[in-house]
Amino acid sequence: MTQAQTSPVDNGVDLAALLDARTALEGAPEAAQFTWRTSCEWVEGVHSRSIIESFFGLGEEQKHTKAFTIEADHPPQFSASDEGVTPVELVLSGLASCLTAGIASVAQNRGIQLHAVKASVEGDMDLAGILGIDSDVRNGFHAIRVNFDIRADATEDEIAALVAQSQKRSAVFDIITNPGNVTVTVG
Amino acid sequence: MPDAHAIIIGAGQCGLAMSRELTSRAIDHIVLDRGKVGQSWRSERWDSLRMLTPNWANLLPGMTHSEPDGYMTSGNFVAQLEAFAAVSKAEVRTNTRVERIAQRGGLFEVHCDTGVLIARSVVLATGAASRPIVPKFAHLMPDEIVQITPDKYRAPSDLPKGEVLVVGASATGVQLAHELRLAGRDVTLAVGNHVRLPRRYRGRDIEHWLHATGVLDQTTDELHDLGRALKLISPQLMGGRDDVDLNALQALGIKVVGRLAAARDGTALFSGGLAHLATAADLKMHRFLDLTDAWIEENGVIAPPPDRPAPTALPADPALSRSLEDGTIRSVIWATEFAPDFSILDMPVFDRRGRLVHNGGVCAMPGLYVLGLPFLRRRRSHHISGAAADARDLADHLASQIKGRAAA
Repeated sequence: MTQAQTSPVDNGVDLAALLDARTALEGAPEAAQFTWRTSCEWVEGVHSRSIIESFFGLGEEQKHTKAFTIEADHPPQFSASDEGVTPVELVLSGLASCLTAGIASVAQNRGIQLHAVKASVEGDMDLAGILGIDSDVRNGFHAIRVNFDIRADATEDEIAALVAQSQKRSAVFDIITNPGNVTVTVG
Repeated sequence: MPDAHAIIIGAGQCGLAMSRELTSRAIDHIVLDRGKVGQSWRSERWDSLRMLTPNWANLLPGMTHSEPDGYMTSGNFVAQLEAFAAVSKAEVRTNTRVERIAQRGGLFEVHCDTGVLIARSVVLATGAASRPIVPKFAHLMPDEIVQITPDKYRAPSDLPKGEVLVVGASATGVQLAHELRLAGRDVTLAVGNHVRLPRRYRGRDIEHWLHATGVLDQTTDELHDLGRALKLISPQLMGGRDDVDLNALQALGIKVVGRLAAARDGTALFSGGLAHLATAADLKMHRFLDLTDAWIEENGVIAPPPDRPAPTALPADPALSRSLEDGTIRSVIWATEFAPDFSILDMPVFDRRGRLVHNGGVCAMPGLYVLGLPFLRRRRSHHISGAAADARDLADHLASQIKGRAAA
């Protein structure tokens, strides 16, 4: 690891900070407990607006440097106003961003200089599920495909290993591929 | 007065190797075993089991085998352990179960079901895999499903008729899936992290290359990430000629699914990340085979050309869930994980997560040693072939402590 730190490779990832955080959190498991949040308000029709600003971690309330707004809506094909992307596209974007962040971090750690990373993500869905046409069809994606186009100073196998490691450590990949408990309450 | 300078707990390959090392240094000691010599090889292995590695790799110091390239049964291995114990004149007290070990005034009190023994030093050689671990949700399985861990499983006839869900694709899981399928069972194998290796490569058993390339002799100092290495999973191998990787198992008609992630509402839920794990296992396998090819070239060894296994082929749409209530799946084998059991230690030698703290087998409590854990000192530490070198190193340490005390 020291080798990677002194190498001239720069993917814009503060590796030292990441490794320091890992060491610090290993010794302080409470500080590693994070809660992420968003609030979401209905605007009109199927258009809603999420605001993301605060989260909890490192033992206390934290804030992004500013509040981020995400518009979600549906396209005209759904007779909607198309003021934003669909929620399922946000999920695909989340997966791609998570894996991409992982690739950059792992590349930095392994001393691999990246030049370009592009993910193309597709999710297949049968609308018979959400429309209630066929109860045997699930609502969500029945298949998701991610394809990476990566240019880096590395062999094909090293790039494949980068992509594998980023999946291994990806929160969103885990969220999508494994079941989790969700509680929805009112009031 | 102590009963012996050292007490070794467990008369398997590690305990007996340590006994031999202590004898050669004239350090008096007693070996205790809850049963007979090699007890876990007698009572906690399934009937058809053969050693994962060829006989030449499993010889105890000074022992030979008439078929070096064969694969011993566990019964054969017990016979070898008994012969080794006899040759090395180990003082083994059998049928002596240790219930608690305490430390008082620089001495260890070893409380057995037969009485208390006092020693200056204790060597734990009870094995890396004495306690099967099942997932937390195991108790949520419907009552009708028969659940069994590999240490209790003997043969396919132990399980009720019907499909078997084998959970875990390490050496144990794939071998049991293979055996059940050959016995005519429908088998679904839930595959988590796994290690793929071909049985043979370039004309030799894979074990030959693991030894020749020096991979098994890598020490803990040479490793980038020891934490990761400690979680090493036994490779998908079986004693014999057959490959038991996911391609071979699917060719037999075994269904593969992702890691069993949960069981709830009478349904088993599998992870959708199987393709990733299979790709990662293929990549790791090829890294080792690359290293082997490079070693063959560097050393000018004559070997047949590289015969790389085909990429792992998976079904387009592995099942994400299976009913546990429709009567199809009748039993589950938890080939998930084994852990060592050090619950007999009544002293503060564990970390926050309950793991025994040691440095290369030397515990923080002076005089306490442990053997046979994964990567204790080197990659082969938990292999049978790893017992001798680790026992020698730890016996050196133990002997130097005696000298230190004499000098003081």
